[in-house]
Amino acid sequence: MPVFSKDDTQIWRRRTPRERLGDGFVWLTGFTIFAVCWSQISQATTWFFVWDAPRIAGDIWDRATPPKWEYITQLGRPIWDTINIATLGTLIALALAFPVAFLAARNTTPSRAFIRPVALLIIVSTRSINSLIWALLLIAVIGPGVFAGIIAIAIRSIGFCAKLLYEAIEEIETSQVEAITATGASRWQVMAYGIVPQILPAFAGVAVFRWDINIRESTVLGMVGAGGIGLQLSSSLNVLAWPQVSLILVVILAAVIISEWVSAKVRGAII
Amino acid sequence: MTQTSSSHKVGQRWRKPHFISNSTLRWCLAVGAISYLIAAIASVEVDWARVYEGLDRGFDFIMAFTQPDFSSRASDIWEGLLESIVMTVAASVVGVAISIPIGLGAARNIAPLPVYIICRGIVAISRALQEIIVAILLVAIFGFGPLAGFLTLSFATIGFLSKLLAEDIEAMDKVQAEAIQASGAGWMQWINYGVQPQVMPRLVGLSIYRIDINFRESAILGLVGAGGIGATLNTAFDRYEYDTAAAILILIIGIVMALEYISGVVRARVQ
Repeated sequence: MPVFSKDDTQIWRRRTPRERLGDGFVWLTGFTIFAVCWSQISQATTWFFVWDAPRIAGDIWDRATPPKWEYITQLGRPIWDTINIATLGTLIALALAFPVAFLAARNTTPSRAFIRPVALLIIVSTRSINSLIWALLLIAVIGPGVFAGIIAIAIRSIGFCAKLLYEAIEEIETSQVEAITATGASRWQVMAYGIVPQILPAFAGVAVFRWDINIRESTVLGMVGAGGIGLQLSSSLNVLAWPQVSLILVVILAAVIISEWVSAKVRGAII
Repeated sequence: MTQTSSSHKVGQRWRKPHFISNSTLRWCLAVGAISYLIAAIASVEVDWARVYEGLDRGFDFIMAFTQPDFSSRASDIWEGLLESIVMTVAASVVGVAISIPIGLGAARNIAPLPVYIICRGIVAISRALQEIIVAILLVAIFGFGPLAGFLTLSFATIGFLSKLLAEDIEAMDKVQAEAIQASGAGWMQWINYGVQPQVMPRLVGLSIYRIDINFRESAILGLVGAGGIGATLNTAFDRYEYDTAAAILILIIGIVMALEYISGVVRARVQ
């Protein structure tokens, strides 16, 4: 924190001139990169449509309100499917993530040189690809439907759950594990009585947290044909039935809010 | 578990305590969960013949990862990837710039009640609406192209970043802020010297993390016509060109891994 003296008065500045120069350079570079990116976007945009956008938005709003409430009778099955995709997908993911997490955690992995990198690769690759892309892929492989959605959600969630779980496993208290080991317990017994009880709260928290995210994701999986309420959304959009679209959006919004509320309650009860 | 001789002496066998101690609640939950599972699994229709047929294709796809084809659609892949990156950078910059004032407004210890309610409302709306749904609406309004994707990602960034920033500000140390206030600082100075230094490390960390998320999301926005690599990927799947799809997925995973690594380094440095 430099202090300068000027005309016998001391002036405090937060940064030295050199630091300020450095900061200015960073800002300039950042701004240039942003300007280049923006010009790219701008070139790819038909600005006529953008100037026309407020009118179009108003037009869509007029068509979409009021929502077609009686359409909700046809949404029962899609909502049920959506919940199933999220729940079953989460359960499968948890079952698969549990062993992967143990293989990935530094203190429980059987082999740091070979198995741990493989487990980490599984975690990264499943995590970095969105469930919609997994759904696209699975539809090409096993055909459209709820089943593809469940598997897509399951694969996507493995990495997320396993990452949070293995971080929890790495943070366990070793004294409890040592106490169990000292009783002469086998490797599996140490796992079951020394490690698992310590990570169970984290496990339950991760499960509910991921279920909440999966409800959100499964609402749109139908857009690519993987079942659930997204299927109705995409077919309504295709025939420009805006009152149905707005009703579906209201339903999705309600589902998201309810699932977030449930997950917050359950997590509050566990932790 | 093997019986130990000491527990015989006491006359009672040690049993693992139950996760939920109330037995009625435990049984109700178990019965409820099992009946839900049976109903859910029964309602999922799986065409096993179709799945069996698809396994070949699934195997082809996995094999495609061993020889991804970067070259035959190189220009499409390159364009799509560049557009994704451009959208990510521009949206992250704009999103972060907008989230800072909204984050300040959504912190109860800084903002007056009316501002707080408005900002929290914006955050809630942005978080409840899924990226892909926002993208569909914005494509309908602004036309196809990266502008819709850019706006979608900016909008999603606001909800994520403002909420976490506001929470961080609410949890900050009051003493430092009061000290700045006591020196007679104006509002801007108070924020700049009392609040900002406390939340800056977390803000930088979250912004970098958000760039990572934005890139991942930008990969799917192309599915609904909002620009980016998603359109190329979708076409590759539609034409069963698994080697090209594998190449794109490998590129996405690689970039996400690189971003995750950079964000880890940056977060370690600022904290």
